[in-house]
Amino acid sequence: MSANALTPGIAAGRLHSDDLHQNFADLHPPLGQHEAQVAADRCYFCHDAPCVTACPTAIDIPLFIRQIATGTPEAAAKTILSQNILGGMCARVCPTETLCEQACVRETAEGKPVVIGQLQRHATDTLQAKAGHPFSRAAPTGRRIAVVGAGPAGLACAHRLAMKGHDVVVFDARPKAGGLNEYGIASYKSTNDFAQAEVNWLLGIGGITLQHGQALGRDITLAGLQADYDAVFLGIGLGGVNALATEGEEKTGVLDAVDFIADLRQATDLAAVPIGRDVVVIGGGMTAIDAAVQAKLLGALNVTLVYRRGRARMNASPFEQDLAASKGVRIITNAIPVRVLGNGAVREIEFAYTDDTLTPTGDTFRLAADQVFKAIGQTLAGTGLPDIEKGKIATTGTGRTSMAGVWAGGDCAAGGDDLTVTAVAQGRDAAEDIHATLTAEG
Amino acid sequence: MADLTTDFIGIKSPNPFWLASAPPTDKEYNVRRAFEAGWGGVVWKTLGEDGPPVVNVNGPRYGAIWGADRRLLGLNNIELITDRPLHVNLQEIKSVKQDYPDRAMIVSLMVPCVEEAWKAILPLVEETGADGVELNFGCPHGMSERGMGSAVGQVPEYIEMVTRWVKQNTRMPCIVKLTPNITDIRKPAAAAKAGGADAVSLINTINSITSVNLDLFAPEPTIDGKGAHGGYCGPAVKPIALNMVAEIARSADLRGLPISGIGGVTTWRDAAEYLAMGAGNVQVCTAAMTYGFKIVQEMISGLSDYLDSKGMHSPADLVGRAVPNTSDWQHLNLNYISKAKINQDLCISCGRCYAACEDTSHQAIAMSENRVFTVKDDECVACNLCINVCPVENCITMEQMAPGTTDPRTGKIVEADYGNWTTHPNNPNRVAAE
Ligand SMILES: Cc1cc2nc3c(=O)[nH]c(=O)nc-3n(C[C@H](O)[C@H](O)[C@H](O)COP(=O)(O)OP(=O)(O)OC[C@H]3O[C@@H](n4cnc5c(N)ncnc54)[C@H](O)[C@@H]3O)c2cc1C
Ligand SMILES: Cc1cc2nc3c(=O)[nH]c(=O)nc-3n(C[C@H](O)[C@H](O)[C@H](O)COP(=O)(O)O)c2cc1C
Ligand code: SF4
Repeated sequence: MSANALTPGIAAGRLHSDDLHQNFADLHPPLGQHEAQVAADRCYFCHDAPCVTACPTAIDIPLFIRQIATGTPEAAAKTILSQNILGGMCARVCPTETLCEQACVRETAEGKPVVIGQLQRHATDTLQAKAGHPFSRAAPTGRRIAVVGAGPAGLACAHRLAMKGHDVVVFDARPKAGGLNEYGIASYKSTNDFAQAEVNWLLGIGGITLQHGQALGRDITLAGLQADYDAVFLGIGLGGVNALATEGEEKTGVLDAVDFIADLRQATDLAAVPIGRDVVVIGGGMTAIDAAVQAKLLGALNVTLVYRRGRARMNASPFEQDLAASKGVRIITNAIPVRVLGNGAVREIEFAYTDDTLTPTGDTFRLAADQVFKAIGQTLAGTGLPDIEKGKIATTGTGRTSMAGVWAGGDCAAGGDDLTVTAVAQGRDAAEDIHATLTAEG
Repeated sequence: MADLTTDFIGIKSPNPFWLASAPPTDKEYNVRRAFEAGWGGVVWKTLGEDGPPVVNVNGPRYGAIWGADRRLLGLNNIELITDRPLHVNLQEIKSVKQDYPDRAMIVSLMVPCVEEAWKAILPLVEETGADGVELNFGCPHGMSERGMGSAVGQVPEYIEMVTRWVKQNTRMPCIVKLTPNITDIRKPAAAAKAGGADAVSLINTINSITSVNLDLFAPEPTIDGKGAHGGYCGPAVKPIALNMVAEIARSADLRGLPISGIGGVTTWRDAAEYLAMGAGNVQVCTAAMTYGFKIVQEMISGLSDYLDSKGMHSPADLVGRAVPNTSDWQHLNLNYISKAKINQDLCISCGRCYAACEDTSHQAIAMSENRVFTVKDDECVACNLCINVCPVENCITMEQMAPGTTDPRTGKIVEADYGNWTTHPNNPNRVAAE
């Protein structure tokens, strides 16, 4: 373990474990009791509050904040969780600066919104620290529903269905539940194994069976599920990744950012995670930012994020961009990769500058690279799925697909924002529609 | 620069800010620190008769009400008068007065309702060189159970009697401190005047229970499972005290009776308001107990700047300025008509004005699809609730309607002339307009 920031190539243990520990600590440490009280007091309790409209799950934000202000954080948590059962994770990962907090009238007034996300976390953490589960199930309906995918969409759907008295079986290809909460979200947003703790807490409602290592298309089929269950919900996310289609992409050291992040999230010892000295990340979304930031936090010397369009077009919010910059990530815009160079392993990568129409300007440049992370978008994987629209499963507002008895939601369904919170909203709404449909059938 | 020197019933002090009789003035150590910080005078913590001193509870004495960020808004206490021996207090008073001859030194007294008790203590106080006495007829807890404090202050006859004893037995000026725990403050003030008091000071604390402990089912502060009512003070009591000061200042019978204003004075502005309402000076307790003695420096600079800005040279120029404008409801001009107006540039679209007006008032604010809020002049009664709930200062204003224009709410022309209820046609007891 003699590696340090200057060690060439890809090496583990560039930083001391104390530094790693500090680097990967909570991005926003939890609010203390008094801090929460003071923060809650800033809420104006707006009429028909704009923050509620801005929340994809429409949490009654003024109400829950008032409940915190009056010393009843557990009641606040119930207000949150009754709309968004993954309110704990959302409090940590939602880009609030583009959602609820952007709509906050105090943002308009002072540029300092009420810290809704952190207050939400204060409430949900308080409740989830207690034993038990706040919701109970309706009388058994005798209906059985299959949910494929234990990510935010699938879990939200399963919980709502269980609450309505249905029995739910959740199938997931991976060994752990949580979807990208477990395998994707940046470590410093979800510390202390929160994703698993939240899943376990959610399952406290009862009536949900988890089946791990069950992949649709390999171990189970849609037709089989349709035959065995009263309804099917697909929340399989985006299993594939886009390729660069660039010369030299196959060289070692060129990796999918999502795999790097998943490995990082599953690592028991961060000092054992290898990272390049010179890292280049290609992409402009949250995945690209997360890969770049975490590479830096692991001790990479130079991390450069290269995006093909201008800054304003980046999917990552200004807050995320600033976060990356503050951690020392260099952001280059208007450049596309043209060649990966190196003898077997990547050594350098060549980019061409582009104008706003993505036309190369003729200028090129090269970056030294021991590792290249591709973060240029994920794609829906699988065959025999319902009708597809723009690469995702086509759905109506409440998640109905082209196949009778099959609903879909989350990243795999068309029309979402590829956010945890929209996945939760769609899972929940599909559950309501499934329930209404099954109840109407009698 | 205005000169803040004040002459209150012949007692001079470098500024009108005195510390009220309370823990901040309970001993030499505190009072010396107060004078060093700049306080113009103190009313020493109330002394009782000679003999074994009273004892205080040994559990908590205070209950409190807080606003945002635990800003202390109201304080409730169950403390008694000084629990230190009489001779120790007297000796300390003498020593401090000697070292700070320019500061006002008033001694608060509370002894039983017999003349001998007053005859006994007054010479001892005179001997300290103190500038005056304040009779504590206000303490609403503990001492009142023993027939003193507010038990005296609630019976005008007793006030008059004791005040007279005091005036007969000392040359020192005498201030009578009034309890607010009565229905008409003018009655005890008149009694004090009749007894020969040189001034009244008000208010002492208000009977209060600040909160109930919902686990112990007992009032706070709770001592071994039980609690007792206490006396309320601090910013929360200012509006009540200010009205009582105004009642005395406006009364024809009491006109000219000097007033020392007490109750919730926390900033220079509060003090200026008391002066404008007729007080010759102010006394402060809770604010000093919350922030320490240094606050007097803000009070001094603030009042001085304010007087300068108004072209006034001393606090005396300000005293009573608001009294003539403090009127009765029946004399308010009913022909003065205004409408709320929302400044769209300042509006942050929180909708609080809408909720307040729509749910609880006159349905006079319209809300559009895109959250633009506007006042409906044909519904607005100018109550100004919207202004009070709006989080943005000066976003909503009241705009006076010009005489001659038509009020869209009533369809009537706005009259230029003054007209009040006494002459209003709807008043069955109206009198003919002059
Ligand atoms: C690196 C990264 C960082 C992100 N950061 C944020 C963030 O900070 N904030 C935010 O709001 N959003 C963030 N997102 C987006 C967010 O994670 C997703 O929008 C959200 O997880 C979508 O939920 P889902 O349930 O639709 O899919 P997923 O979370 O992808 O879950 C799908 C589940 O289905 C399972 N599955 C897939 N295929 C099959 C199959 N064939 N058979 C059985 N099971 C299958 C998977 O194992 C997985 O458990 C991030 C995404 C990534 C990739
Ligand atoms: C702890 C405490 C003890 C007090 N003791 C006395 C007292 O001994 N004599 C007295 O006249 N007033 C006493 N008071 C009342 C204050 O002098 C003052 O009238 C009252 O607090 C209102 O002023 P404020 O709002 O500035 O505190 C006491 C107040 C407090 C808080
Ligand atoms: S302020 Fe606190 S420490 Fe001081 S006497 Fe009171 S209870 Fe004791």
